[in-house]
Amino acid sequence: MNSLSDFMLVSAMLFGIGIYGLVTKRNALRLLFAVEIMINAANLNFVAFGQYLPFEGGSQTVLPNAFGQTFVLFSIALAAAEAAVILAIVVVAYRLHKDVDVSELKSLEG
Amino acid sequence: MVLTVGSAIIALEAKEIVYGAIGLAGSLFGVAALFFLLDAPYVAVFQIAVYIGAVAVLILFTVMLVREEKWAKEAPANSLTKIGGALTGLAITVVLAGAAVFTNLGQYTTITNSATFVDIGQLISTGDAPVLLVLALVLAASVVGALTLSRADKEGPAR
Repeated sequence: MNSLSDFMLVSAMLFGIGIYGLVTKRNALRLLFAVEIMINAANLNFVAFGQYLPFEGGSQTVLPNAFGQTFVLFSIALAAAEAAVILAIVVVAYRLHKDVDVSELKSLEG
Repeated sequence: MVLTVGSAIIALEAKEIVYGAIGLAGSLFGVAALFFLLDAPYVAVFQIAVYIGAVAVLILFTVMLVREEKWAKEAPANSLTKIGGALTGLAITVVLAGAAVFTNLGQYTTITNSATFVDIGQLISTGDAPVLLVLALVLAASVVGALTLSRADKEGPAR
């Protein structure tokens, strides 16, 4: 567990699990779980690449690479906002339909 | 690693959706542990605070708000859909893992010159300051939107 490939493997597995959930599940909350898992896979990749690959822009000196971690901080905040909106939609859909099965939510169709 | 992947599977496959939410929290915690392993403690603590402290609790609240007994025995997905979904997920995993294993990314085995939280703070407050402002606006807008969504229904004509 100490090379870039190992972390990429974990990330790939998480992403595959997320895709599987996104394809097979119809409960809106499960879909949210799947999306969160995929976002975490992406975040893991960002931090892994940022930590293992040095930043060599312009000067010859190797600088600490903070870009991966910074991007992940923004990404986590965005994911939290997204989860809040989705959960509000789920609550409204449950009030209207007494169900959160996405294939039943015909009224959301355009 | 086993915790992360195993909990992710539990999150999607647990019969009772409350256990699924707890599995998701476990998976998020596993990712935070991986961040610690990657020598990124700031991001790891941020992940624990935001995801496990806020998002997981929010999800648990919503699950308990809208849960119904019938979900425990919800109609299982079409087996064709299930096999197709499993194959799709497996194919994507294999391709991404192949990209990780069969390229020369394996040569990166040590964390070089890891960034401290001072570097992160400098980057956020100087170069990425506009992003931070836009992100604050997006967060505020999403919270207002979520509140409006869950409130407008109460005053709406038809329920």
